Amino acid sequence: MVVEFGHFALVLAVVVALFQMLVPMWGARTGNARLMATAKPAAIAQFALLLISFLSLTYAYVTSDFSVANVAVNSHSAKPLIYRISGVWGNHEGSMLLWVLILALFGALVAVFGHNLPSRLRANVLSVQSSIALAFGVFILFTSNPFLRLDPAPFDGRGLNPILQDPALAFHPPFLYMGYVGFSMAFSFAIAALIEGRTDAAWARWVRPWTLAAWMFLTIGIAMGSWWAYYELGWGGWWFWDPVENASFMPWLAGTALLHSALVMEKREALKVWTVLLAIVTFSLSLMGTFLVRSGVLTSVHAFAVDPERGVAILAIMVLFTGGGLMLFALRAGQLRQGGLFAPISREGSLVLNNVLLTTATVTVLVGTLYPLALEGLTGQKISVGPPYFNMTFVPLMVPLLLAMPFGPFLAWKRGDLRGVAERLAAAALLAVLAAVVTFAISGRGPWLAPVMMGIGVFIMAGALAELVFRAKLGKVPFAETVRRFRNLPRSVFGTSLAHFGVGVMVVGITATTAYQSEQVILMKAGESREIAGYTLTFRGVVPNRGPNYREQVGQFEVYRNGQFVTTLKPSKRIYDAPPQPTSESGIHASWRGDLYTVLGDAQEDGGYSIRLYFNPLVRLIWIGALIMFAGGAVSLSDRRLRVGAPRRSRRLAMAPAE
Amino acid sequence: MTRKQKRGLLIGGGVGVLAVAAILVMFALRDTIVFFQTPSDVVAQKVEPGQRFRLGGLVAEGSVRRGTGTHVEFTVTDMTESVPVTYEGILPDLFREGQGVVTEGTLSASGVFVADTVLAKHDENYMPPEVADALKKKGVQLGQGASHPGQQ
Repeated sequence: MVVEFGHFALVLAVVVALFQMLVPMWGARTGNARLMATAKPAAIAQFALLLISFLSLTYAYVTSDFSVANVAVNSHSAKPLIYRISGVWGNHEGSMLLWVLILALFGALVAVFGHNLPSRLRANVLSVQSSIALAFGVFILFTSNPFLRLDPAPFDGRGLNPILQDPALAFHPPFLYMGYVGFSMAFSFAIAALIEGRTDAAWARWVRPWTLAAWMFLTIGIAMGSWWAYYELGWGGWWFWDPVENASFMPWLAGTALLHSALVMEKREALKVWTVLLAIVTFSLSLMGTFLVRSGVLTSVHAFAVDPERGVAILAIMVLFTGGGLMLFALRAGQLRQGGLFAPISREGSLVLNNVLLTTATVTVLVGTLYPLALEGLTGQKISVGPPYFNMTFVPLMVPLLLAMPFGPFLAWKRGDLRGVAERLAAAALLAVLAAVVTFAISGRGPWLAPVMMGIGVFIMAGALAELVFRAKLGKVPFAETVRRFRNLPRSVFGTSLAHFGVGVMVVGITATTAYQSEQVILMKAGESREIAGYTLTFRGVVPNRGPNYREQVGQFEVYRNGQFVTTLKPSKRIYDAPPQPTSESGIHASWRGDLYTVLGDAQEDGGYSIRLYFNPLVRLIWIGALIMFAGGAVSLSDRRLRVGAPRRSRRLAMAPAE
Repeated sequence: MTRKQKRGLLIGGGVGVLAVAAILVMFALRDTIVFFQTPSDVVAQKVEPGQRFRLGGLVAEGSVRRGTGTHVEFTVTDMTESVPVTYEGILPDLFREGQGVVTEGTLSASGVFVADTVLAKHDENYMPPEVADALKKKGVQLGQGASHPGQQ
């Protein structure tokens, strides 16, 4: 009964979406305020209906209602509650429902908080947003309906793929979708601006916080996925340049560029046309990501059982919105007024450099991801493009971007003073050189690029702090004055510093673990010992164990460092009950130096086990860096709230840092 | 500088970066891509020894032999031809006889494929698409698992 209710709510939501697409836009065309005003209740109703629909599917999962085909195929009664809930989006149908739910959530947020938007802009934005919801709603109903019943109902379900039964992965899709789908706001605003043929200050002030919020969630979502791959897949790696990873990384790169160009547009009314184009492109890449993951056209270790016919439908949706958006852009972009002038060496100039490098990097990732598809389509040859490609193309583009990063926030708007900025960054540069030298002295091995990258990472961190120090005039004015200035700095300044600092932390983590990882694949019998990166591991054999829905063999490794007992690591091999699938669980000991990482391999005939040992130096800084970036976004966003409602005040705040 | 000159500089800079990237991409695509081959391709001597490629097919029944240490030997087949493979390391959890597999490495002069990577799968039901395609062309009937579970 509940399931039919949810099914019905989904159908109603699609009808509401159709209404919301047509009526407000008609109102905006004819200047009818009453028709335009219908957008708000429609957006809220659409979200409420989709929420009901989603909750009823969740209910079917929690109560293990196996008469629902989707539940029977993807769940099992013996599964812990959290994975019964996360199972809702652990499959194609449910994850698409979550996708549309989040889309409607963003629409409803605009409807509720958008009272100070020009009514025509708001009507158009909600109308465009609803057209996306309509397309995906119809897609779900006709090709991926999660509410279909089975008769007779099976006795028990088939279960969720065991490697998806993991806390990080349970929350990975919702965060990722908040990011992906969040960029739909930027898209809807861009299309609305093109329909009206104009953008104003309110436009950029609205687009930036939405983009920032989406970017934050996408950052965390990608970081979670990487963290999961690190400890669950047992390969000791954290990023594989896999097509499905790239699918989420491309919108992130473009979204990061959009975040920075929207800044120029908001503060200086420049780069309008470019920002609108970037907004369209970013969401198009999100749609493409959905298409790549859901269609199965790509060979990927991530490719779960997927279905090409649905892929065609998503491809059609993607072509419709991307093509339509770009066509509208081509027709209308000329009408957008050009904004303020600036010299090449200026804050604007540095943000343009950021955009050029980020979008070019996006293109290289796009080429590497789609080239195998194109080649197979044209010649029938099957190839794979792996990490060497991305190391050769993506990394060289990142180096100048990272080097330029600390300079940007120091440069003044319109016309900057590069020499002055260089002086202010001298201390940071000195620290960076020191870090590079120290890295080289300690490691004495690895590629020459590694110490340089360590230096760049430290440069970014120190540069981010230097900006705060400079703005608070530490050491130049009495200390009490510094404290006062520090307190009065706008939150967005802290946000920028924090986010940039996070990038530096991540660069250090990536460099250290990539260049200085130790790996051993060995055979061990009980009682034998082995040394890696200053640790001594003694293998104490294997103990069988029984979990809630799996059996496992748990390896016992006693870890010693300098003769002191540190911990016992317990990597295991599991066999799940349903589906009966083996998985490996790694045993990890984390310290400030890095992670000691163990994987239990196959049993040998002579009683030994094959064992994989890694030491990954500073690897945690990668995810800590992502968390700091998220925090930076959050701090910056808390500043935005002040501004969204108060355009006049924002002007004064915006001027403040330039004093 | 006039507005036009500034815009020219901007566009020139952008095009410059794109050109550098394009050159990098072209070199990278020439040097780093890896082709996918079936055992039939290998037997037909389409591949030079020492050239890196991916070999995909089914792990032949009864072919897996564990040597000393972490040394493993098995045979990859497309039901027409077979290629012996050696691998040093730990096999993925879902590696099994009769199941699809993709390995990456080089062919030795003696015709043995020396793999340094054996690709893991995430899902019992998942068959690497190249393997599925290649096998379909050979007329091999794929069992359960090649299609989406929702369609059965």
